[in-house]
Amino acid sequence: MSRLWRASPLTYCALIAATVMSLFPIYWMFVVASRSSDAMGQLPPPMTPGGNLGANIARLFDNTDAYFLTGLINSAIVATTVTISVVFFCSLAGFAFAKLRFRGRNAMLMVIIATMMVPTQLGVIPLYMLMTKLNLNDRLPAVILPALVTGFGVFMMRQYAGQAVSTELIEAARVDGCGTARIYWNVVVPALRPAAAVLGLLTFMTTWNDFLWPYAVLNDPANPTVQLSLRALSDGYYQDMSQVFTGTAIATLPLLLVFVLFGRQIIGGIMEGAVKA
Amino acid sequence: MALQLDAHPPATPAPRDTRPPRSGRLSRIDAKYSPYLYIAPFFVIFAIFGAWPLAYTFWVSLHDWDLLGSNPTFIGADNYTRLLVDSDFWHSVVNTLGIFVISTVPQLLLALWLANLLNRHLRFRTGWRMAVLVPNVTSTAAVAIVFGVLFGREFGMVNWMLDLVGVDPIGWKSDRFASWVAISAMVDWRWTGYNALIFLAAMQAIPRDLYEAAAIDGANRARQFWAVTVPLLKPTIIFCVIISTIGGLQLFTEPRLFHSGTNAIRGGPMRESQTLTMYMFENAFAPYYNFGYGSAVAWLLFALIAIVAAINVLIIRRLGAGARPNVGGRKGGPR
Repeated sequence: MSRLWRASPLTYCALIAATVMSLFPIYWMFVVASRSSDAMGQLPPPMTPGGNLGANIARLFDNTDAYFLTGLINSAIVATTVTISVVFFCSLAGFAFAKLRFRGRNAMLMVIIATMMVPTQLGVIPLYMLMTKLNLNDRLPAVILPALVTGFGVFMMRQYAGQAVSTELIEAARVDGCGTARIYWNVVVPALRPAAAVLGLLTFMTTWNDFLWPYAVLNDPANPTVQLSLRALSDGYYQDMSQVFTGTAIATLPLLLVFVLFGRQIIGGIMEGAVKA
Repeated sequence: MALQLDAHPPATPAPRDTRPPRSGRLSRIDAKYSPYLYIAPFFVIFAIFGAWPLAYTFWVSLHDWDLLGSNPTFIGADNYTRLLVDSDFWHSVVNTLGIFVISTVPQLLLALWLANLLNRHLRFRTGWRMAVLVPNVTSTAAVAIVFGVLFGREFGMVNWMLDLVGVDPIGWKSDRFASWVAISAMVDWRWTGYNALIFLAAMQAIPRDLYEAAAIDGANRARQFWAVTVPLLKPTIIFCVIISTIGGLQLFTEPRLFHSGTNAIRGGPMRESQTLTMYMFENAFAPYYNFGYGSAVAWLLFALIAIVAAINVLIIRRLGAGARPNVGGRKGGPR
């Protein structure tokens, strides 16, 4: 990178301020999660963690309105299934669009790009009716099925496969008698691994975080995703805020964990996608 | 950037094809038709769970159609004409647009400024980028609940801080405009860093010599920012505006969870911050279960998104249309 402007102390001050703004609500979530419920009524508000985290967790999992444990398990199942499926199907389709020739390829790619602009949530009502017909209401497949593959994922994999998978290698494999399935598995998959990792991370986080569609289709309070458990907790008649915050903290933890471990790749993916979009 | 992962041969050497022509025919069929097999999952799933519902929403919106759906009667445009005189509907349109404007404008300006800060020679480069992106990877539902408490009337931290500087407590949930501000704060908190990273990526692709030339012409840093950076970022700014428009007008989780209790889907007792999507939910599901009316709301929301996106693009195209040095520079710039 050629000469950038040197950052002045003022730049660092501004960045520190931005960082504090970014982190404070999360920090405060953990502070309240670890205190007793009367912490909410204190002014000035307490700023350091207390020693009540264990007790709050115990009460949270005992709370019979929230089904928090079920929610966690359900969310883990949904997010994992969707992630595996999205990465697999999108890499397959991305490979086909980037490296295989077939009739109608460009037109179909345009369709996929166009689908990215359609706000899918506008189909929530018929989707709900469809799930009722299929008898999937209140069951996890209703959440999983519509998310199995995404236009964004296909597009992203196609962009990446275009430059990362060498055409010569594919030709060579073909000459050696490899079918396309074999080429996908032995040539394409290894080359796509970095992009697949980013797509997988983003998909996992989005799915874990999803609220609107599960909220519409999972009406049975005993079978929620974790985000729906949070809603049940915070909508309760009597709100024990430290318990609610313990829930929000636990629901956020997997996302933060993924981010701490793979933040570099996620940032790279967002920035790279931006320049090419 | 592309890693040269493909520089090595396939893991297992493929067996030489010594078989008779039969396999040749098979492999021709394979090469010709298998691509369709690979892209089929997307189209099948999108057709069932994406395209069909969208079209079917329109069909449903032409009916008087309740939860049981036993006897949907065709009523033509009745749902739409009813909506056009439904004051609660227009109330939610105004809420949605209000929240959208007071969240998107500061958000993108802040992101531009933040990207400009990050586009310098920094220590802990990755650390700063992660810090500004953290809000984006948290649980929306959790954040909405936390902000709901921060903006509480009696014991909320925001009112407490305002009190320290002598401002009277604000009813963040009961005052219409104040609730827009609180929800916008949530949206901005979540998305500013994300947009900043996108702007940053585009800024890094701007050739340095443009700045040198501007500096020689006597432009100071602020001038360079407005005369070089911003015009060259226009395609990216348009991209971010459209993404924020689509997202902002569909806002649901934040306003829904900002309020709690029995009337939460109404965005407060007087519908202070009920967005269009919330209004769609209120009508289509509990408590009314009127699928036809809800579907009509969905289609008008779709129309609204299209209109606002088009207006946005027009405005941005107009802004500074003259000052646009013809440098592509979006691809292959230094990273």
